[in-house]
Amino acid sequence: MIAEIGHAALWLAAALAVLQLVAGALALRTPEGAAPSPYAMYARPAAAVQAFLAVIAFGALLYAFAITDLSVKLVATNSHSMKPFIYKLTGTWGNHEGSMLLWVAVLALSGGLLALAERRLPERTMSATLAVQGFVAIGFYIFLLWSSNPFERLPVPALEGVGLNPLLQDIGLAVHPPTLYVGYVGLSVAFSLAMGALITREVNPNFARVMRPWVLGAWVFLTLGITAGSYWAYYELGWGGWWFWDPVENASLMPWLAATALLHSVSVLAARDALRTWTIMLGVVAFSMSMLGTFLVRSGVLTSVHAFAVDPERGTLLLVLLALYIGGSLTIFAMRAGDIAEGKRFTATSREGALVFNNVMLSAILAIVLLGTLYPLLTEAFDVRVSVGPPYFNPAGAIFAIPMFLVMAVGPLLRWKDDSPARIQPELAVLGAIGLLIVAGVVFLGNYPLLPVLGLALAGALAIAALLPLRGRKLSRVPTATWGMVIAHFGVAVALFGMACEGAFTQEKLAAVAPGGSEEIAGWTVALESVDPVAGPNWTAIEARLAVSRDGSEPTMLDPQARNFWAPAQATSESALLTRWDGQLYAVIGDAAGIGPDGEQRWQLRLWWKPFVTFIWYGGMLIALGGIISIFGRVTVDVKQRKAARVRAERAEDEALLAGKAPLPEPAE
Amino acid sequence: MNQPANPPMKAKHQRLTLVTFALIAIIAAGLIAVWALRNQANYFYLPEQMAQTPPAVGQPVRLGGMVQAGSLVTLEDGVTVRFIVTGNEASTVPVRYSGILPDLFVEGSGVVAEGSLQEDGTFLATNLLAKHDENYVPRELEGLEAHQAQGTVAETTVGLN
Repeated sequence: MIAEIGHAALWLAAALAVLQLVAGALALRTPEGAAPSPYAMYARPAAAVQAFLAVIAFGALLYAFAITDLSVKLVATNSHSMKPFIYKLTGTWGNHEGSMLLWVAVLALSGGLLALAERRLPERTMSATLAVQGFVAIGFYIFLLWSSNPFERLPVPALEGVGLNPLLQDIGLAVHPPTLYVGYVGLSVAFSLAMGALITREVNPNFARVMRPWVLGAWVFLTLGITAGSYWAYYELGWGGWWFWDPVENASLMPWLAATALLHSVSVLAARDALRTWTIMLGVVAFSMSMLGTFLVRSGVLTSVHAFAVDPERGTLLLVLLALYIGGSLTIFAMRAGDIAEGKRFTATSREGALVFNNVMLSAILAIVLLGTLYPLLTEAFDVRVSVGPPYFNPAGAIFAIPMFLVMAVGPLLRWKDDSPARIQPELAVLGAIGLLIVAGVVFLGNYPLLPVLGLALAGALAIAALLPLRGRKLSRVPTATWGMVIAHFGVAVALFGMACEGAFTQEKLAAVAPGGSEEIAGWTVALESVDPVAGPNWTAIEARLAVSRDGSEPTMLDPQARNFWAPAQATSESALLTRWDGQLYAVIGDAAGIGPDGEQRWQLRLWWKPFVTFIWYGGMLIALGGIISIFGRVTVDVKQRKAARVRAERAEDEALLAGKAPLPEPAE
Repeated sequence: MNQPANPPMKAKHQRLTLVTFALIAIIAAGLIAVWALRNQANYFYLPEQMAQTPPAVGQPVRLGGMVQAGSLVTLEDGVTVRFIVTGNEASTVPVRYSGILPDLFVEGSGVVAEGSLQEDGTFLATNLLAKHDENYVPRELEGLEAHQAQGTVAETTVGLN
């Protein structure tokens, strides 16, 4: 019954999306300045009720998974009655249909929030925005109801579920996909706003101020999602890497790159009324990338270690939607771009100039990642199979990332509109000196690869540069949004430092060890005490007990496991991590490695010492924190300004009344 | 008030400059990508392809095929393994790998080895991708698995009809 309620709610929500589109579009037919169209009043409630229904649908599926309702096909094929409760819940979105339903629920929820909370835009722009939002939603309702119905019943209930991929039975699944989806979908609101402003010719700073919190919010969630996903892959896959340039990872990186560019360009539009068309274009690109990401992950055209729930047939429908949305928005863009008046001008050596440069660099990196991700698809059409990995992405990306980091260090020091490089010469000299000193120091220490060395130098210079905008200012009077920028930029430096250290200084050891034996790595002594079989709720494993100590200190116990799940049958390795302030010790146990020379059973151990690797994720969290602080700062300033404006308007009205100039208020009807 | 040293240019010119700059950067990115992809993409070889047209020694490539039954040997150090990869035809390639074997790496099953061909004709693997679970098969192996399955069906059904 619950599943049927969910299914019905989904249909009703789809119908409301159609109403939202029609009402919003009809409202646009009344000319500007005329009385608001009678249809306009339907769009907002339609969006709000649709959000309510979509959440009910998702709640129904959540309930079916919670009680393991095996008459629902999706539950039977993806869950198992013996699974721990938390993974029953998170398993709701650990499959194709469930994750698409989550996508749609978040889309409807953000649409509803926009409809209820946003009162700053002209009503016509709002109608256009809601119409576009409804149009986007319809496509996904069709996709969901037509080709991926999550509520389908089995003719005969299954006796037991198939189970969830063990790699997904992790707390990471609770965090990673929902945050990414909120990010993707937040970009859809930015897209709808951009389209609404473009259609009604309202591309101005007022619109940018409305759009900015949505872009910032989406970007914060994308940042958190990528950070969480990176750490999850790092400890769960047991390969010791934190980024694999896997197509699915790239699918989340590409919207992030576009959103980062959009976020900076929308700030220029809000503060300086420049970059109007560029901002709209980036809004289209950012949402296209999140659609493309969904397509790549959900269609099965790309294989990857992450591709868990794929189905090629659905790809066609998604591709049609993708073409429709991107093509449609580009057509509107082409028709209207000429009408957008020029924004304010600026010189190359101004803050706008630096932001434009970095916007272009981010777009170039996006192009590099996009081409690298799609290249295997292209060659496959000619029956040549290739894979593209770090040897391509790292150097090609760095060509554009290095100038970007350099300009990022300098940009916030420049003034708006026009500035002379001579004014910030002392700062430039200090930053350059820091970079060169770090390069010299690292090269002196040893022979390390080029990119990590450059990364270390850039990280050092960026960390100082990020704090420079605070110099000479009274810290208590620095605007909240500026703090957000400082923290986010500092976070980039921290993350870059972590990546460069991991790249340059990681030590790895692979050995066959018998219980009682020990290994040395980077000042650590790892002693294998025993290897024992253990059992969990739905798995059995062999577990190594490792006593690890550094420089003769008190040993700490680590127990990496090699697990065997039985539903579905699969083996995973559970790495064990020891975190210290200056890095992480990463241990994995492998197979039995035969009998050693002393006639003892040996086991494979793989150990890494990764100096400062944790800084990658600390940096990611700092970047997101900077975004949150920035949203908070912008929203409070905005609320204050609007309150002040209202008070001013009331006072002016009072004064006018007192002077007897204004007509008396109209009598109530 | 002083005039700025370099006065802002006209609006139309500014838009043109921005568009040109963005286009140049994106086209440069595209060209770099195409050039780097030609050089850095990891080409996929089947054992028979590797026998006929071997890649340059040391060039990173991928080798995909089935692990020959009975060929898996663990060396003295306990962490280096040797095995033989076979394809659809008779060609075989010996592979050496140091590391923990992936989950579900078994003889008679598919594997994709990342690495490079050595002087002596051995393939030195730096990474092995095996079947992850029942659902995930490295894309390169999809055809092979089907081929193998047909073979198995044919073998086991002999004499039944």
